[in-house]
Amino acid sequence: MSDSSVKTVSNRPLSPHLQVYRLPVTALMSISHRLSGAVLVLGTLLFAAWLIAAATGPEYYYMVMGWAQTGLGTLILFGWSVALFYHMCNGIRHLLWDAGWFLSKRGAATGNLLVLLATALLTAAVWLCACWYA
Amino acid sequence: MHDRPDSIRSPLARARGLGASGEGPRAWMDMKITALANIPLCFWLVWSVVHLKGAAYWEFTTWLANPVNAVLMILLILSGFYHAVLGTREIVEDYIHCEWFKMLKLIGQKLFFIALGVACIFAVLKVAFATGG
Repeated sequence: MSDSSVKTVSNRPLSPHLQVYRLPVTALMSISHRLSGAVLVLGTLLFAAWLIAAATGPEYYYMVMGWAQTGLGTLILFGWSVALFYHMCNGIRHLLWDAGWFLSKRGAATGNLLVLLATALLTAAVWLCACWYA
Repeated sequence: MHDRPDSIRSPLARARGLGASGEGPRAWMDMKITALANIPLCFWLVWSVVHLKGAAYWEFTTWLANPVNAVLMILLILSGFYHAVLGTREIVEDYIHCEWFKMLKLIGQKLFFIALGVACIFAVLKVAFATGG
């Protein structure tokens, strides 16, 4: 066994560091899954505010609904819907991965496209419905 | 964990979490099960939010007092918040390496989600029972 007191000085390259390594799409989508999950946790606070305001009384309910209909509120809702659909589509991909499907490099690349496409389509469909419903 | 030569447990048994605690893969499995449950529940939530856009107070409370909506909402709160507890736990475990701060974060966020979840469920029940059929 190797002697732990011997210091090894190595010129071998270090593993790619985040700051100098351009992440491939698959890796970007992986970290985006976490990021969208964190965004959804923040969205959960708004969800809670919505329900608790409704339970507190009409004045609080209308206050929250008023926020939601401002420009900033709509933008936050839009961001929330993007995060939700992305996390959902990529999550479904994770479930398929767990089942052993789409695990090849090519499968992962196809999955990237499908997840992004599905996210865009679902988000667009919901906001078209929301506008049409008005 | 490295395989110890004196261990009588097979690698498969270790991977399955069989042994002293017997619940190694519990969090992983719960994550997947809540993920599955969240798929239809979130579609329902998004559909409902679009449907309830600009709804008057009585419209919203009547909608939430409908038993189907109230039950689905409570299921979403349970499944969604549990999923969030597991997800945020994974993030903290990966990125926070200071042991006491990590434990503080993990315990704190678990208590936070339980408190928020109970508040949400209470809100749903209050609206549902106060509004009546």
